[in-house]
Amino acid sequence: MKRTRLAVVAGLVGAALTLAGCGGSDALAPDTSSAPPADAGTIVVGSANFPENVVLAEIYAQALQGKGLNVQTRLNIGSRETYIPSLEDGSISVIPEYTGVLLQYFDKNATAVDPEGVYTALKAALPEGLSVLDMSSAEDKDAVVVTKETAEKDHLTTIADLAPYASQMVLGGPPEWKTRETGVPGLKKVYGLNFKSFKPLDVAGPLTVQALKSGIVQAANLFTTQSAIAENDFVVLQDPKNLFAAQNVVPLIRTDKVDDTVTSTLNAVSAALDTEQLADLVKQAEVDKTDPATIAKNWLASKNLG
Amino acid sequence: MIDLMLAWLTDPANWTGSDGVPVRTLEHVVYSLVTLAVACAIAVPAGLWIGHTGRGTFIVAGIANGLRALPTLGLLVLFVLIIAPLIGNDLAFVIPSLVALVVLGVPPVLSGTYAGIQNVDPAARDAAYGVGMSGRQVLWRVELPCALPLMFSGLRSATLQIIATATIAAYVSLGGLGRYIIDGQATHDFPQMLAGAVLVAVLALLADLLIAGVQRITVSRGLTGRYRRTAADPPSAGPVAGGAGSEGDRVLDPV
Repeated sequence: MKRTRLAVVAGLVGAALTLAGCGGSDALAPDTSSAPPADAGTIVVGSANFPENVVLAEIYAQALQGKGLNVQTRLNIGSRETYIPSLEDGSISVIPEYTGVLLQYFDKNATAVDPEGVYTALKAALPEGLSVLDMSSAEDKDAVVVTKETAEKDHLTTIADLAPYASQMVLGGPPEWKTRETGVPGLKKVYGLNFKSFKPLDVAGPLTVQALKSGIVQAANLFTTQSAIAENDFVVLQDPKNLFAAQNVVPLIRTDKVDDTVTSTLNAVSAALDTEQLADLVKQAEVDKTDPATIAKNWLASKNLG
Repeated sequence: MIDLMLAWLTDPANWTGSDGVPVRTLEHVVYSLVTLAVACAIAVPAGLWIGHTGRGTFIVAGIANGLRALPTLGLLVLFVLIIAPLIGNDLAFVIPSLVALVVLGVPPVLSGTYAGIQNVDPAARDAAYGVGMSGRQVLWRVELPCALPLMFSGLRSATLQIIATATIAAYVSLGGLGRYIIDGQATHDFPQMLAGAVLVAVLALLADLLIAGVQRITVSRGLTGRYRRTAADPPSAGPVAGGAGSEGDRVLDPV
């Protein structure tokens, strides 16, 4: 089929670009370890190319630096398809990741949905040479969100609480939610929710936010750490039955970089972080346009981790 | 891909219910008709006035052509974001969709109308004034009928664009045939997406045929040169039958 061929071509081009990128940057950056064992003391913290991940990487980097380790950062690398190979070839040592999507990356057939199950499956699925440290309770995943007024009026804290009200509520979300298992059908099957209707909007974009804000929909699909949530005082409903697979923040690290200091430092960061704080950090980066390094510094100081 | 699309189109399940082809087509037709009516209500009087008086051609033509350059989807989302805080219901999606489509539909109708009027043969216009017609009578009895071919060409152009673009209503949660395209893309159901696109194209062509039919009936045969061939009127005597019908300045040939 044509699409397959296209995908293969795209993959090859992507791989070529990745290789070229790595080779080039290694040659041009004398400070960076061209081969991992060369200066084994240096930890290179990488990040994907979106603000939340950059802030997390800054937090990792500054926390490790605070322990007297030699740390470098390589931020905004790109997508998972780009930075996992960089991790494998030693261009970076550690990167903030998310359990659910990372598991899917290494095991397309993974079925685990709860945080512990995903974490266990992830550890088993990781290739040789890569490890994960403790996961944080902070998650960036699909969520059903309501306004503060709705949450207070109907005493809503979890998706299950919607049961008596769903029939009078309009749900908004991306078009694929209409048929996707982790969408309208899943909400019906797992939580028994029959919404009055479903409005196909955009993928947690401005239309969805505006529709929820102005009351055109009463519940909407957003992502848990999206800045629009903090900005508009939206309430993220808990997902006790794990309809949406867990996406806990977790450091993905080269096994040869793991030692007691690194482990205890990053585990302390993961333990101190939760979804609400992460959402606030994202808001600082996206809405207040604060420099990620400053955000990380302030947060670490507030947790006595700096 | 084509056979998957045909399978989608021939699956009876896709032809029933609130998400079926008949309902979606009807929604699409309603959006298009309402838009077209509003666009004509704005553009035809404005075009007649500009064409008849010759005033404001530069400004209005400039604005109308400028409007054509606006990206409809961007306009739509912008309107929704502006209007939604003011109206907390579905109208916050309906009104912006209609406005965005009207903006698309006005320029062709407007240019067709004023260009049609302006291009009326000056001899015909002078003759009309000469026999004592008032300005109003000249407009309604001479200029308007003579401008019809160009006006229809503007209308057909607007109709095609509106029907093709009314798919964007689905982007802001409304119905219409665009639903298949937007939903198909979101779920990577490409046969459904393609089927939606084909249905839109078919609808646009049917609408164009329909208006062409209306045009054939309403435009004076003197303009189009379509004469009924009778024994008393041999083929060679009249102009070529079945002329393009869009040349507004053809004068009456003696019969």
